[in-house]
Amino acid sequence: MRNTIVSLISIILGLIAGGLLMLFIGASPIEGYTYLFQGALKNISRIGDTLATATPLIFTGLAVAFAFRTGLFNIGAAGQMLIGGLAATAVGLTFDLARPILILVMLLAGIVGGGLWAFIPGYFKARFNVHEVVSTIMMNWIAYWTVYYVVPGYFKGEFLETESRKLAEGSTLRTPWLTEMFQGSYINLGLFFAVIAVIIIAFIINKTTLGFELKAVGFNRHAAEYAGMKVNRNIILSMLISGALAGLGGVALYTGNASSMQIGILPSQGYDGIAVALLGANSPVGVFFAALLFGILYSGTGFMNAMIEIPPELANTIIAIIIYFAATSVMIHRLLNKFRKTRSNANDVDGPVGKKGEA
Amino acid sequence: MSYVVEMLNIRKEFPGIVANDNITLTLKKGEIHALLGENGAGKSTLMGVLFGMYQPEKGIIKIREKEVKITNPNVANQLGIGMVHQHFKLVENFTVTENIILGSEPLKGMVLDIDKAAKRIAELSKHYGLNVDPHSKIEDISVGMQQRVEIMKMLYREAEVLIFDEPTAVLTPHEIEELMKIMRNLINEGKSIIIITHKLKEIKAVADRCTVIRRGKGIGTVNVKETSTAQMAEMMVGRQVNFKVDKKASTPGEVVLQIDSLSVKNNRKVLGLKNFSVEVRRGEIVGIAGVEGNGQSEIVEAITGLRKVESGKILLKGKEITNIPIRQRIESGIGHIPEDRHRRGLVLDYTLENNMVLEVYNKPPFAKAGLLNGAAIKKYAKGILENFDVRSGEGGASIARTLSGGNQQKAIIGREMELDPDLLIAVQPTRGLDVGSIEYIHKRLIEHRDKGKAVLLVSLELDEVLQLSDRIAIVNNGELIGTVNASETNENEVGLMMAGVSKEGSV
Repeated sequence: MRNTIVSLISIILGLIAGGLLMLFIGASPIEGYTYLFQGALKNISRIGDTLATATPLIFTGLAVAFAFRTGLFNIGAAGQMLIGGLAATAVGLTFDLARPILILVMLLAGIVGGGLWAFIPGYFKARFNVHEVVSTIMMNWIAYWTVYYVVPGYFKGEFLETESRKLAEGSTLRTPWLTEMFQGSYINLGLFFAVIAVIIIAFIINKTTLGFELKAVGFNRHAAEYAGMKVNRNIILSMLISGALAGLGGVALYTGNASSMQIGILPSQGYDGIAVALLGANSPVGVFFAALLFGILYSGTGFMNAMIEIPPELANTIIAIIIYFAATSVMIHRLLNKFRKTRSNANDVDGPVGKKGEA
Repeated sequence: MSYVVEMLNIRKEFPGIVANDNITLTLKKGEIHALLGENGAGKSTLMGVLFGMYQPEKGIIKIREKEVKITNPNVANQLGIGMVHQHFKLVENFTVTENIILGSEPLKGMVLDIDKAAKRIAELSKHYGLNVDPHSKIEDISVGMQQRVEIMKMLYREAEVLIFDEPTAVLTPHEIEELMKIMRNLINEGKSIIIITHKLKEIKAVADRCTVIRRGKGIGTVNVKETSTAQMAEMMVGRQVNFKVDKKASTPGEVVLQIDSLSVKNNRKVLGLKNFSVEVRRGEIVGIAGVEGNGQSEIVEAITGLRKVESGKILLKGKEITNIPIRQRIESGIGHIPEDRHRRGLVLDYTLENNMVLEVYNKPPFAKAGLLNGAAIKKYAKGILENFDVRSGEGGASIARTLSGGNQQKAIIGREMELDPDLLIAVQPTRGLDVGSIEYIHKRLIEHRDKGKAVLLVSLELDEVLQLSDRIAIVNNGELIGTVNASETNENEVGLMMAGVSKEGSV
C-alpha cells in the first residue's frame, strides 16, 4: 500500500518535471502529454503496440525483482534475453513442428538459454563468492559476441549480413486473431505468457516454502544458514529462475515483437528491467504496472515527436526522472511521515501504533 | 551542591502511548547517576529528550540552573551534553582520530590538520587514562576500545555531562571493570555522568544516586549506598525479585551430547579450539565459562554445523553428527539460542510470525507440498509469543526489527524452546534483558533440564554460569582447562581457571 503511494508520487513528480522540461524548450506540456498518451492509447492498434512494448519489460522487470528478493543484483538481463532469444530463434528456424509444440519448445529454449546464462554467475557467486554484478555484466558481453558470431554464421538473413533469417509466420508468437483484434498491431502471445509469469512468480514469492527461503536468504543469509537453509543452493536457484524470466523476455522480443535477430545490439530492455523493478517496488504486480507505464511512455513518444517539436528523447528523460524519485523514495517516505504526523496532531492522538521498541 | 541538569516533570507522548509521564531527574555536579528501568520503561526516551532528539509535551529542563529548550542534538552538544550510544556510531575503516574529528574537522588553511587533532587526542587519552591509540583503525580495535573512542569523542567536544546508554551490554567482565575505572576518573576531573542500565550490580559498584522508572512513570530517586539491590529491583519491577535460582539437584541420565577431542579453526584460520572434549547428559545443564573469544563460539558453531570441524567427533544421542547438514542437526534435536540475535537469530525484515517458523516452515502443518499455510503459522506464532510474553506493536504481524532487544531475545528463546530439543544450546541467553525477564528465562532453562533434556549454556556472565549450571567446563585459549561441579566450586576458583590456571584433580 505504502509502496504503491510512493511509486505513484514518483511518477507524478516525474511527469511534472517532464512538463517543466517541455516548457523550457518552449512547448506546451498539456499538448505534449496529450500527444504522448494519444500516441500510446489513441486507438486499439496503438494500445496493442503499447502492450507489446511493455511485454519484454514485464519479463526483465520480474527477473530483476525476483533476484533482488534473494539479495542478488542481476544486471545481466540483457545478456540472458539475447541467449534466450537466440535459442528460441534457432529452434524456430530449424525445426518444423506443429505450431503449439513449436511454440512450447521455443519457450523452453528461451527458459533454458536465459537460465543457463544466469546460472553461471550464480554458481560463481555461491562457489567462489564472485560478485554477481561483475559477472553478469561480463556475461552480457559474452552473449553479445555470441550472437555476433552465431547469427551470421548459422542463421544469416537473405539480404543482410547483420540480421538472422526471418521466422516463418507460423513460427512466431504472433497470432492472426490477436493481430486482427488489435487491428494490425504487433501484439502477440508474449503478453499472455508475461501475465502468467507475473502470477506464478507472485505465487512463488508469497505462498511457497521456496519463496520463504529465498526471501530469508535475501534479507539475512546468516540467519537463513542458522535455520538450516542451503544458502548457496538458493542463490543459484534464484539466479536460474531470474535468468529464465529474462530469457522469456528475449523470446517475447525476438520472436514476438520482432521476427528476426539483429547483431551488435544489447537490448535496452535488460537495463530498463532494473528501473521497472525499482518502480514496482520488487513486487510482481508492481512490476506489471510499472512495465505498462514504461510501455506507454516509450510507444507514445514517436507520435508526440511527429505532432509537435518535442524530441523523442524526452520520454527517456521522464523515465529517468521517475527513477530518480523512486530511488530516493526515502525522501518521499519522510514527507509522508511528516504529513501524517501533522494531521494526527491536529486530530489529537489517535495513532494506534506505538513507537519502536515501546509498548 | 548545585545541579548541572534538572529535568522536572517531563512528559513525552508517542501516538497511542505515554513514554514518560511526569518524570523528574536531577544530576548533581560530579556524580554518577543511574537511570534504572525494565526494557521499554522509557529510559531511552527520557535521555532522548535531554539529548534533543525528542521534544517533551510538558516539563522543564534546566542546565546549570538556567532553563533551556533543547531542540536538537547540536543544541545539546553546545550545552555540554554528550551521549555514548549503545550501538556505536563509528566509521569502521577510519582511524580513531578521523572518527573523533568527524563533523568538526580542524583545518590548517584549506587542508585537514589531522596531526594537531591526533596530538590533542593523545593528551586527552593520557589525562583520563583511556589508553586510546589515535592512529589505529576502528575495525582493528576491540569493542571496549571502540566505546572509549565514543567517550573520547565527547571529551574532545568538551562535554560536561556524559550520558551512557547501556554501556556494559557489549563488554566483557574485564572491560566493564576498566570502564568503571574510567568513569571514576571522569568524575574526579569534574564531569557528571548519567548511566542508563538495568544491571543492579553495576549501579551498586559505581553510581551515587539512582532514579528508577517503571512503565513510563518515575518511581523515585534513592541513594545507592543506602539501598540494597533487592530494594532497587523491587522498585524497578514492581514486585519482589528472586535473585537466587531455585533448582533441585540434577539427576543426570544418558549422554545426549558427546564431544570428543574436537579441533576447530577460528576466523583467523588458526585453531581456535584444540582437542576439546565434554559431554552433556539428560537432566543437566553444563555451563561453558571463559573470557570472550577463548573458543566458545567455535564450540557452539561446530555443534550446530555453522563451522567446519578440523578433527574430532561430535555425537548426538550416540549418533555421529560431525559432518551432517545444519537442517539434519536441527531435526535430530538440537535447539540453538544464538549469540548474536540480529546476525543469526532473526530475519529482521520478516514478521514475527515468519521468524517463529524459521526452522520448521517446510514441515506440516506449516507447509504442504511446498505451499505455506498462513493460518497454521499465525496460530503457532501466537502461542509462542503469548507464552513468552513477547510485547510488540502489532503482535505476530510486527516486523521483527521494530521490537526492543529484550523482546526479540524472548521471541528467539520461545522459538527454540517450542521445538522442545533434546539438546538446547543457549549462548548468552539473557544478554540485554532486565532482571524480570532474566528470572523468567532462567526458570524456563531449569524447567527444560527437569524435563529430562540436556542444556549447554555458554555465557560470559560468570554469575549466570555458576547459578544455572550443574557442571562447568572452563575454556582458555581454545583448550579445556577443567570441568568442575557447580556445587563444589566458587567464583574465585572458576575465575582462576578462566585465566588458564588448571585445578588439581578436576572432575
